Amino acid sequence: MNVTEILSGLTEALVNTYQQHAATLAENHAAVVNRLRESALPAFVKMGIPNNKVENYKYTNLQPLFAGNFEFFPHADTDMHITTEAFRCDVPDLQSHLIFLVNGAFAGVSNKNNLPKGVEISSFKEFATHRAQIVEQYYGQAAPLHHDGIVALNTLLASDGYAIYIPKGVVIEEPLQIVNILTGDTDRLVIQRNLIVVEEDAQVRIMVCDHTLSASRFVANTVTEVFVDQRAIFDLYNLQNQHNLTTQIAGTYIRQKANSNVMSNNITLHTGVARNNIHVHMDDEHCESHVYGLYLNDKSQHVDNYVFMDHAKPNCFSSELFKGVIDDYASAAFTGRILVQRDAQKTNAYQSCNNLLLTSDAKVNTKPQLEIYADDVKCSHGATVGQIDENAMFYLRSRGLSPEEARILLMYAFAYEVVEKIRVEPLKEQIRTLVEKRFRGELDKCDACVLCDSKARTAGCM
Amino acid sequence: MLKIRNLHAKIDDKEILRGINLDIKPGEVHAIMGPNGSGKSTLSAVLAGNEAFEVTEGEVTFNGKNLLDMAPEDRSREGLFLSFQYPVEIPGVSMVNFMRTALNEHRKYRGEAPMSASDFLKLMRDKKNLVEIDSNLTNRAVNEGFSGGEKKKNEIFQMAMLQPKLAILDETDSGLDIDALRIVANGVTKLKSPENATIVITHYQRLLDYIVPDHVHVLYKGRIVKSAGKELALELEEKGYDWIKKEFED
Ligand SMILES: Nc1ncnc2c1ncn2[C@@H]1O[C@H](COP(=O)(O)OP(=O)(O)OP(=O)(O)O)[C@@H](O)[C@H]1O
Ligand SMILES: [Mg+2]
Repeated sequence: MNVTEILSGLTEALVNTYQQHAATLAENHAAVVNRLRESALPAFVKMGIPNNKVENYKYTNLQPLFAGNFEFFPHADTDMHITTEAFRCDVPDLQSHLIFLVNGAFAGVSNKNNLPKGVEISSFKEFATHRAQIVEQYYGQAAPLHHDGIVALNTLLASDGYAIYIPKGVVIEEPLQIVNILTGDTDRLVIQRNLIVVEEDAQVRIMVCDHTLSASRFVANTVTEVFVDQRAIFDLYNLQNQHNLTTQIAGTYIRQKANSNVMSNNITLHTGVARNNIHVHMDDEHCESHVYGLYLNDKSQHVDNYVFMDHAKPNCFSSELFKGVIDDYASAAFTGRILVQRDAQKTNAYQSCNNLLLTSDAKVNTKPQLEIYADDVKCSHGATVGQIDENAMFYLRSRGLSPEEARILLMYAFAYEVVEKIRVEPLKEQIRTLVEKRFRGELDKCDACVLCDSKARTAGCM
Repeated sequence: MLKIRNLHAKIDDKEILRGINLDIKPGEVHAIMGPNGSGKSTLSAVLAGNEAFEVTEGEVTFNGKNLLDMAPEDRSREGLFLSFQYPVEIPGVSMVNFMRTALNEHRKYRGEAPMSASDFLKLMRDKKNLVEIDSNLTNRAVNEGFSGGEKKKNEIFQMAMLQPKLAILDETDSGLDIDALRIVANGVTKLKSPENATIVITHYQRLLDYIVPDHVHVLYKGRIVKSAGKELALELEEKGYDWIKKEFED
């Protein structure tokens, strides 16, 4: 068999998977979701799973990662009972809202009765059928179905995920905490589709924790579409702590309206291969968006962040800061595309990506991509790759710190700037601890970002 | 306490220390002077364990132990302290975290339990007062954005925290204003005891007015070419180094 046959074989296998489950997927799902499947099919057949010849996936060839026998469940699959019990807080009267998903399917939300009026947190599938009008309006509007084979595949196989709807003017004080659990005895292909709608003047902060609970291979393809209306404030923190047999492709596609303020922060603590696609489309004037990321990888781990800042309208501000600490023979990549459209005068767009390589085998590729079609614009970008500063190392050791302690302090010193950007104080505290644990080599697969009451410990898994 | 015998060290094949001999006993203060580039900072770096320099010959014992065999952190834990001529800025590492870690590493080495948070904060406060260092500085990242003088004060603050047996002060006086010089010098004096010793590297007599040396040495071209009592410093202040260079060349 020659290479092209293997490659087209992969597309064919995935299309077969779809055809096998098409009826189940379509059953009881919203019209718009099923309609988009029809466009997704030819789009996926055309694009397939991206390899590194696809410009936007230059640094990550996804094809070998999809190859193999992965089970796909069109419905919520087994093991749904390990939900709140598995990631349980030690204190029963939890103030914040915990949302669980198992293999991409919605498994429950705690404390649901305490939600402000009009707020909805539910299964995407349920939401799509009950709130068809909203889903008609937003579904597929942000994710680039025709430009990315991964989005096409997600749209083709979409079934469940979470939906969060925050109506006009509602402010949720406590961060919503979403725990994604991958589990099962066999290797899985997990498709998750999420929708977040934050209406005018509403505010919500969401923390997403990605975990693996069994030793199987996982390929998770998650697409989250986010619509942030005028003057709304939205934060999305994503903490990835998954085992090395996981491939996590997380696409976050955000659309902003006037005077809205968005922050995203992807913290990859541990994962086999992570590819984060973060697109922010500033569709109106005076939008502000902050896209941050921190990746800490070792062994054969690979993390690839792709950011697309689309300045479509004037007077918007964007800032990007990514930092990576790369150990052993791990690798990382960052692509920062900034598009300033002709209309988008008075754009301010800043980007920076700094990397610390701990060994001579560690690798990083960074690629800024600036396309500026307006003339009154402030844009800057910078990328650095460095090593641990030997002078600083000696200084610390000369005060009695072991090389290990000194290294941990210096790694944390390098990374902390991204953690400091987190706008929710207790979350920042929690993530700071986890990052430090990671540097100490003490991070456990069960360490979660979940916050319980202040007096409680963090949630643990069994 | 410290015995240096025929110490040779080089960097990039350039021999910088060319046979140093020096004996330091508990309670003593030794001043090392000498023209720019003569090897004073190199000597302190080699004693502190900077691996950029290669020791090619000689021996150093510190309280009976072979110093040159020890890692830099163990030299520190054994009680050696270097106040750097050029302290390093370490953005992102807080002074508090740094000092707590350092102190606890010292305690661990001695088989003691880590210090409680309240004891640590009290110690910080006491030592801050001793060297009259601004709290704003100790709340910041290590030396980040500190002025030249503030960095030097911070070195002495760290010394006060770690209470070394042997302190090497490499031009701690340079960059200090008149008041700061007095404060730092008084700090060093207050920390002195019959059990510990100090090596003061300086170009000027003014520091030695406060920290009075028992011995003054002149380092020139990687060797100690002259040793005498405190009067030597005064003589150097008056006459410069030419006469010594001349003596040495002859
Ligand atoms: N890292 C280095 N690489 C190359 N040469 C070095 C290095 N460090 C020191 N030297 C050289 O070693 C010699 C001694 O330098 P050192 O810093 O020890 O002098 P010093 O006596 O402390 O001078 P000063 O009074 O100016 O502080 C100088 O010629 C210097 O250029
Ligand atoms: Mg010097």
